[in-house]
Formats: sequence, C-alpha cells, structure tokens
Amino acid sequence: MSVPTSTSFDPHSDEPDLPLYEARKQIYPQSVTGTYRRIKWIILAVTLGIYYILPFIRWDRGPNAPNQAVLIDMPHRRAYFFFIEIWPQEVYYLTGLLILAAMALFLMNALAGRIWCGYLCPQTVWTDLFMAVERLIEGDRRERMQRDAGPFTVEVFALKLLKHTFWLLIAWWTGGAWVLYFDDAPTLVMQLLTFQGSATAYISIFVLTFTTYTFAGLMREQICLYACPWPRIQAALTDEHALNVTYRYDRGEQRMSVKKAAVLRAAGEPVGDCIDCQQCVAVCPTGVDIRNGPTLGCIQCGLCIDACDDVMTKIHRPTRLIAYDTDVNIKRRQSGLPNIFKPFRARTFLYAFVISVVGGMMVYQLVTRAPSTITVIHDRNPVYVKLSDGRIRNAYSVRIANMLNDPRTYSFKVLGMDKAQVDIIGAEHASQGELFIEVGPDQTRELRVLVTHDNDDKREAPVALYFEIRDELDGRLAVGKDFFRTPNTVH
Amino acid sequence: MEQKTSAPADTSAPVQTGVGTTGHIWDGIEELNNPLPRWWLWTFYACIIWAVGYWFFYPAIPLVSSYTKGLLGWQSRTQIELDMAELKAMRSGMTTKIEATELADIEKSPELLSFARAQGSAAFAVNCAPCHGAGAQGFKGYPNLNDDDWIWGGKAEDILTTIKHGVRWEQDSDSRSGVMPSFGRDGILNRKEIGTVADYVLSLSGLPVDKGSDLAAGKALYAANCAACHGDTGKGNQELGAPNLSDKVWLYGSDKAAVMERITIGGGGVMPAWSNRLDAATMKSLAVYVHTLGGGK
Repeated sequence: MSVPTSTSFDPHSDEPDLPLYEARKQIYPQSVTGTYRRIKWIILAVTLGIYYILPFIRWDRGPNAPNQAVLIDMPHRRAYFFFIEIWPQEVYYLTGLLILAAMALFLMNALAGRIWCGYLCPQTVWTDLFMAVERLIEGDRRERMQRDAGPFTVEVFALKLLKHTFWLLIAWWTGGAWVLYFDDAPTLVMQLLTFQGSATAYISIFVLTFTTYTFAGLMREQICLYACPWPRIQAALTDEHALNVTYRYDRGEQRMSVKKAAVLRAAGEPVGDCIDCQQCVAVCPTGVDIRNGPTLGCIQCGLCIDACDDVMTKIHRPTRLIAYDTDVNIKRRQSGLPNIFKPFRARTFLYAFVISVVGGMMVYQLVTRAPSTITVIHDRNPVYVKLSDGRIRNAYSVRIANMLNDPRTYSFKVLGMDKAQVDIIGAEHASQGELFIEVGPDQTRELRVLVTHDNDDKREAPVALYFEIRDELDGRLAVGKDFFRTPNTVH
Repeated sequence: MEQKTSAPADTSAPVQTGVGTTGHIWDGIEELNNPLPRWWLWTFYACIIWAVGYWFFYPAIPLVSSYTKGLLGWQSRTQIELDMAELKAMRSGMTTKIEATELADIEKSPELLSFARAQGSAAFAVNCAPCHGAGAQGFKGYPNLNDDDWIWGGKAEDILTTIKHGVRWEQDSDSRSGVMPSFGRDGILNRKEIGTVADYVLSLSGLPVDKGSDLAAGKALYAANCAACHGDTGKGNQELGAPNLSDKVWLYGSDKAAVMERITIGGGGVMPAWSNRLDAATMKSLAVYVHTLGGGK
C-alpha cells in the first residue's frame, strides 16, 4: 500500500486547493447467485408484497367503522390495525413500537451485525429492486461498464430511457401504495385514477415517487454513506462477539494466483486461499472491499459470500472464505484455538429483556383496555364558586369516551360526598334521581358537571369525589377521581 | 496491498485513509479534510439560488421607513384575512344553525351546545377575559360569571342583551343603564350617616356589624335613600342593575369600608356594547357559554 503524505490544511498556502466536492465513483454491481442472494430475493418479495397488498386487505368492524385492516384515519384521528383500534391519546403504543423497533435493531446488531442494513432496510430492498430492473434492461456489470465508457448513441439513450421509465413507474407505485394506508384503498384508487383524489394524496405520491426514484435509482449507496445515521451508531453499539460478514484473512492470506498456490502447496509452504479475483468487490452493491474488514460502507448483505463461494467451488477449495464470523475467532484460529460463538451475552439478554418487558406492557394494556373511559378535569379558574346563598360550587369538565362501534347510554353518578347537589349541563334525561348520558359510536362527549355543597369551613382537606359511569348495556363501570375544594382547602 | 496479518506501522488517520487533515488535533484525534459529496454542494448552491429568488418575489429587505414588497405582493396580513375567511366558510354550516336557533334550543341540542360552548369559550378568551378573567371568575368590580348572582339578569336572553348593548355604554342607546348616586360626594349623606346605613346593609345578609351601631337609624336611612332601587328587603332590582344586598356575593367586597366606599362614590361598572364588533352567532355562542358556566338561571 502506498502511504500518502499527511497534509494539513493551510488557508494561506499557495498550493492549489482540494476539489470542492468528491465525485461519485459509479458502482456497477455484478449479478450473483447463491444462498444469501436467495434469502434477499425472498425477503424482497415478502416485504414488498406486504407493503403493496396490505391496504387492500379487509377487516369487518361493523357498520360504524371502516373495514380496512390497516388504516391510519387522520381526519377522524383513529388508527386501525386488524383487531386493534388506537385513539390519539393512546399514542404511547406508537412509543412502545418505536422502543421495540430500536431494541430489535440493537438485538439484531448484537447477534449478527447489520442484518437490518443488508436485508430489511427499505433503502436496500428498493435499491435491490432497481438494480434488478437495471440488469434486466441494460445487462450485467461488464456490459453496462462498456456501454457507459462508449459513445452515447440512440440505442444507449433508448435503453437508459426505458430503465428510468421503469424506475419511475416503480417509484410512482411505491408512493401510490403509501397513500392507500391513509384512506379507504379501493375508493382512493378509483379517485386517483379519475383525477378526483385530494391534493394531499397527489402531493404525497409525487414526493414519494421523487424520493424513491432518487434514493433507490440515483443515490443508492450514498444514502448509506452520507445520509444514514445508523452505520455510525451501529459501529458504536457493536462488540467483538457480534457475527459479521468477515473475510477470513487467516485462511485467505497470502493472496496469490491459483498456479502459484498449487506449486507452493505441493512444496508444503503456507498458502492463502484468496486468489485476488475481485469477485467480492464486483458484486458489492456499495462498492467496498470486504477484505479491508467491516467498514461504514459495508451493509453486510452477504452477496460477497455468494460470489466467493462460487469461486472457491471452481478452484476446488472449501467455501466460506468470506462468511459470518468474528475477528475473535480469526485470532483464535491463528493461535490454534477452537472457534467460540457467544450469542448469549449480557447485551443480548438486556435487549431481549427490554423487548419482552415493553412488549408485555403493550399486550397487557391492549388486553385490559377499557372500552369506555371517563376523564375528569377540575375547573382551574375559579377553583370554587361561592353562590348567593353561601353554598360552594365546584365545576368539572367530564369527558366520556365510547370506544365501541355502537352507541351506548351511561348512567352517571358522583360519589364521595353526602348531600351534594349534582347538575350536568346538557345531560339527556334524568329519571329517579339518576342521570343518563348517551355517547355515539366511537365518539367522545364532553359535559360540564357542577357539584354544589354547603360551605363547611371546618373542612381541612379537599374531599375526594368519584365520577362513575355505568354502561347500561353490559354494566361495565368506569371511574374518574377528582376533588371538591372549598375556600378553606385552597391554598 | 495492506496485509491484515501484519500490524500497520502508522495508525494515524491521514496515513490510514490517504486524506489530508485540517491540522486540528484533539487528544491525538485528527480531523480529516474530506471533500463534500457533489450532491451536497449542489443542494447548497440550489438553496442560494432559492434565497435570491425569494428576495425578488417576497417581502425581504428592511429599508429605512419601508421594506421591499416583492413581485408577488404577498403580505402576511392579507394571508391571515384569507385564512380567517376560509375558517368562517368552514364553520358557516354550524354558525347558520346557531343564528337560526333560539338560545334555549341551542342548549337542548348536544351538537349545537358543544359548538356554541367551544366558540363561546374562544371568543370569551379574546374579548371578555381581560375584565372578567380567563375562567370568568371576575375581580373586584368585575362580576364573577360563574355564580348565580346576576346584576342585570342571569337568563340566557338577559346575558345576550348585556353582551349586545353593554352596561352604561354611552354610544349604545339600548345599553343597560342605571347609576347609583354619589351619596357621599354629592353631600346627600354625611359620613356618619353612611356608616350607619352601611352597618344596616351588612346586617341584611347576616354579616357581623360594629358594636353599638344603630340599625334602626340605618334602616330608616336605607328606606329613604336605597330602597327605591335595592328594594325594601335589599333583594335588588335587575331592571335597574341594582345588586342584591341580602346575599353572600359582593362585587366590591363585604367589609364595611368597601360598602361605605360604594355609597360614597356610587356609579357602577362599565361594559362595552359588542354588537358592533362581534357577529350574531359569536354573541349567541358567548351567551350560551356564560349561561352554561353554572350560574345561569
């Protein structure tokens, strides 16, 4: 390796400046077949299949709710996921999902490095798809390199145009599928096709078409190299026992030609298996050389493993010169020690523990979720009102939420204080001293509740009040707690 | 070619990467002088061009007494007027209903009540809260609208009339009027008499009075000077805006000094008429909001 001279930046130097930008080195990934390529195809088919098809799956929720299995209904502030319906105040489920996603990412990373980057990340999946289209139209690596080096003929133009057209179609379809998660999919498809969709829908599609086309078609590995924070965080989170796509230099070095290796091997000399054929570099979608070790640019997709296995098979050497391995094992093999694999480490336990705790809490919340809730907020200003007859009145904003898909009637009671007069502004009807509140399907209703009581100046602490609603249909109770305050108990 | 098996001789960043440094070193960590990616640089230039375009099309540069207006003639004031008009159009369905419905019927319909209370609450915060307080709790001289003691009437219609025409508001001929004479200032009663009648007024609502006060004399003074408006038993008169003196709610305070002060000064609070400033639906919503705070009759 030629060692460049270390230069320091000197603003007063007369020497010509460095270029203002670094030109991108075009990468022409070569096609490859093998185990990891097959895994990537399957994951690509499954993830994209889910993404494009999911909005069209139906789920019956009765007459008062949408029948789309996965729907984020922004205007009505509801999110639906099969049997789950989330209200805006339950956005902590989203927090939970984000924690789970982060922890799952960390766990994957602790077990086998950048699994997310290599197989699951949308950037990787869509880039893979775009590269497949490119290969189909423009041919493989060598063909594309030759064409790009040659003159720009009509035929070249036609091929490029075809490729970009297909890219834009896929990108447009990607954006189109995205908006379907936010409205009834079949209806929206018809609206979009007849140019009757909302401006928001068209703008969203346009933006996502643009980003998909740019990111997956034009920028590709530059997103991973420059835009994505995860490679940086990943490098800080990993440890020596995490499996990584590794060039086993203990076996590969010294690199030499097949012929030279055969001669040396016959003579009993130490020989490396790497024949420096550069196949691992040729297939790499980000253009890195895996033999330099794990780098920022290496998304660990395993395609170099497939490429190298192919070569090793051809030269009749054992496969997996590049494999999921650790540097620890390389060092151990060099010292004549057996391999060790430690999937059970403090960090994997910790991540798994956090995942199960957060997941458990979410499931518990979901299972015990009350279909009707009552929230009580005491008037903050004034805290109490003195009436003309000297009695004290406290006012509360009470919100009753009916999360069920049919209308419900609730009987309403305020408990905790004898001889308290309870008035509700806007209550439906009262019978035999009981107050009844109707709340429509999947709706909330706010009421102003007034509690009036004699002024007892000797009272030293606020009195706890319990606002109880009982669902007249199934007898389910929900209780909200607040306090009755008097001049004596306000400080 | 670098060999993984041999330990590298120089581990410094420039040697490892082949990139020069800025010359900054912190604890042996050197800062590489990597060039920016081309797309980043282009985005940067595009932003500069955008900014120049912005200068031409939008208000941008402050001058001594003016500013550059921009080719589009865009103004934030015009924009907010458009936005407000759009908002009004959005609400027109409900506001039309509010305008067409009797106050009592608005309160009977959950949909209209909810809308009116929301609109009323917002309008209250903007127009009424400076005097009556954010929670309509009132202050000394500014009535608490949560209680059931009303000077000009506590029915929804009464509240709407007060909002429309104000109280003692000279520009509005329909304004609530009724002024208490300045008994002290104008020499109708002397200081001793004012003290005597103040004791009597306090006794009307069962408040403690000074020892040795002559309640009988106070009663006589009250009958002669106050009963015409406040009534024989101090129940007040909402037609004249004469407050009830026999209840537990006091606008200016319930100590003797406060009562004497009111008798001496007389007069009364002033509230503007809102009919020139608010539209009919907003005033109706305000009336419903205030009426449903809890003290409405």
